[in-house]
Amino acid sequence: MRRPQIALLPDDRRLHLQDGPIDLIIGADGADGEIRAAYQAAVQRFTGLLDELCAELPELREAAAPDHCGLRGVVARRMYGAVAPYAADTFITPMAAVAGSVAEEILGAMRGAAKLARAYVNNGGDIALHLSDRARFSVGLMDRPDGTGVMRSITVRAEDTVRGVATSGRHGRSFSLGIADAVTVLARTASQADAAATIIANAVDLPGHPAVVRRPANELQPDSDLGHRLVTCEVGALSGDEVAEALAQGAARARQLLEGELIEGTVLQLCGEIRLICAKPLEINRPQQLQASAA
Amino acid sequence: MTTDTASESAGDKIRCDACPVMCYIKPGAAGACDRYANQDGVLVRVDPHILLERTVSHGGRLVPFQASGDWDGKIVQQPDLFVTAIGAGTTYPDYKPAPFIVSSEVDGVDMVTVVTEGIFSYCGVKVKIDTDRFLGPETATVRVDGEAVGHVTTSEYGSQMLSLGGVHHLTGGSKKEGRVTCDALMDLSNRKPVELVIDGGATVVVQAGAPPIVNGVKEERMRVGCGSATIGMFAKQWQGKVDEVVVVDDHITGVLSEHQAGKLLDIPATGIKMKGRRSTPGRYFQVAQPGTGWGGTDISDPLAILGPFDPKTARPGTTILMVSTTGEHAGYYVLDEALRPVEQDMPPDLKFSVERIQENCEPALCTVLFMAGAGGSLRAGVTDNPVRLTRSVKDALTRVTSGGAPVYVWPGGGITFMVDVTQMPAGAFGYVPTPAIVAPIEFTLRLSDYAALGGHMDYVQPLGSLKDVSKDIRQLPWPVRSAG
Repeated sequence: MRRPQIALLPDDRRLHLQDGPIDLIIGADGADGEIRAAYQAAVQRFTGLLDELCAELPELREAAAPDHCGLRGVVARRMYGAVAPYAADTFITPMAAVAGSVAEEILGAMRGAAKLARAYVNNGGDIALHLSDRARFSVGLMDRPDGTGVMRSITVRAEDTVRGVATSGRHGRSFSLGIADAVTVLARTASQADAAATIIANAVDLPGHPAVVRRPANELQPDSDLGHRLVTCEVGALSGDEVAEALAQGAARARQLLEGELIEGTVLQLCGEIRLICAKPLEINRPQQLQASAA
Repeated sequence: MTTDTASESAGDKIRCDACPVMCYIKPGAAGACDRYANQDGVLVRVDPHILLERTVSHGGRLVPFQASGDWDGKIVQQPDLFVTAIGAGTTYPDYKPAPFIVSSEVDGVDMVTVVTEGIFSYCGVKVKIDTDRFLGPETATVRVDGEAVGHVTTSEYGSQMLSLGGVHHLTGGSKKEGRVTCDALMDLSNRKPVELVIDGGATVVVQAGAPPIVNGVKEERMRVGCGSATIGMFAKQWQGKVDEVVVVDDHITGVLSEHQAGKLLDIPATGIKMKGRRSTPGRYFQVAQPGTGWGGTDISDPLAILGPFDPKTARPGTTILMVSTTGEHAGYYVLDEALRPVEQDMPPDLKFSVERIQENCEPALCTVLFMAGAGGSLRAGVTDNPVRLTRSVKDALTRVTSGGAPVYVWPGGGITFMVDVTQMPAGAFGYVPTPAIVAPIEFTLRLSDYAALGGHMDYVQPLGSLKDVSKDIRQLPWPVRSAG
């Protein structure tokens, strides 16, 4: 069996697992023995996981059918489950939920093996969370992944239903059909958050706008699951009204998902403008507060 | 970068077999992992971060990270790892950081390098081309692929300056102009050769750290001085070996017998008559048109700049050396009975003096300084209150570097800096389709100063948490010293 890269980060606390395109940063709080057991379980489950997924890669790259799942692997089936609610009226492949589904699987293995106060599995920004008792996580949020924007943070508490966080947008590693800089979704699971972030980010759009340059996905990446579909390459100057219009499109889609109980909340970002869609207020900390809390 | 995994190609695409995903990767693109990429048909490993190590020897040794101990005033704790911004964060084409970070510990952190890849719309390059050849009139447009990318600016000592890029070419013209300008700036900054065509002038291939190629001819040497200065430097060596010397130069052509240096040595008049405009004795402007011939003029026959010799003064048998300012062109002439100069074999003594001129000419190079201004949004990525960063830089509390290389920060407003691209690691520059150039910029300061200027304290990471050390470990081109 091919071994993934396994290492503790130099703080001797966080675990780093990497295999092919999967890159996990894992943290856990609890008794030392419990953390060790949890990390062992994570490593064990992670070993071979990529091969498992790749065995069904052609099927995972095909459009999901709304009512039928021919996939066998447990992670593959979770991916399907996360995208199935959208499959009836949208083109979506299980790959839209791969990162969140892997994070969820590893977190599940850790929770099964150890008693932890708090844990997370961060798969390149798609994060599965475990929170018990009064634990909470502060999740940092950048306006754009290129790091030039102002940063905020969201607090997730044990009493919230949120256990998954994911971000999608045109600056990320995967392609987007929309123009959002970032759409961050909080959901009950990481796989659900991952799929929903893709759907909402695709909806933040100005179809046919001349300043938006799109190219077929398979011209950029020959084996992209999006095939010949046009993905966003470049977004030129947009007026304030146009930014508002694109965000309104995304917000409308987000509200449908909220009503369908597919998400708990979302933050949409485009050209420095932000929209929050959530059932109950999200605790968003502005940079000034961040600084105060750090001082 | 290393090629450490096998691959099979399918047309221009590569099938990567580093992992079971088996991505097809197009040239210039990366696989799903962003770790492996297709560079000109070769599968290469793309390392997300380049760390510079300050050591005298830089073999394959990797020093363990360390982020503990008391602050001792050094910018970076031993073993002097300096984190560059290359690959730190960008939209294309490099490593993309996770937009979300579960907040990490800030314990044990005693210094901060705010590492970012700036996206610069306000940027360009200043190019210095060591040549006496005429490249084009001042303010002439410089083109790449027919698009205007900049202009010819001043002539300096032995060199011609070009100013390329800037916001007007990047975003002010047509879309193609912006894209071509962006590509040219990136290639020049990444030390690749770029062919520049100057309106009403030459075609020159410029590559940072390499000799310029002017109209297909590689420039070998910088001139030793202008024609007049060359007379001054070598007058004594010519005395008694030749009656007259003309140093051909498009700027100032020197004539030994008339020059102050010749007068001091009592060198007699030869009856020579120069074309062009006399400035002071023995110094002539505009003896010919500018060009790529002798001494930056358009002539290939040096006699073309001489009028008939004055029969009252000139004597048959007078010997004349004509030489260019680099010694690259030289000829030896003797006046015949009709006082016409006739070319003859050059005596060894004079050959030696021509070689001496050549020897004193430094190798001609192109140098490229990248120049950019850190705008409000980039500074906001560093601190809440961008102007405080500017003030901190001006007060020398914050040291600015680009890819670990020293920069010159212009006085006045903003953080406008220049950096020699040859001091930076290879491939340090990228671009975004805006179009704008992505360049590394690092601000290094004490953690306490960082907090005081409104830094994003929640995002401070210990140096040790940056794990992926590139194999490209280089010696820092500047000494690591206290920022304060």
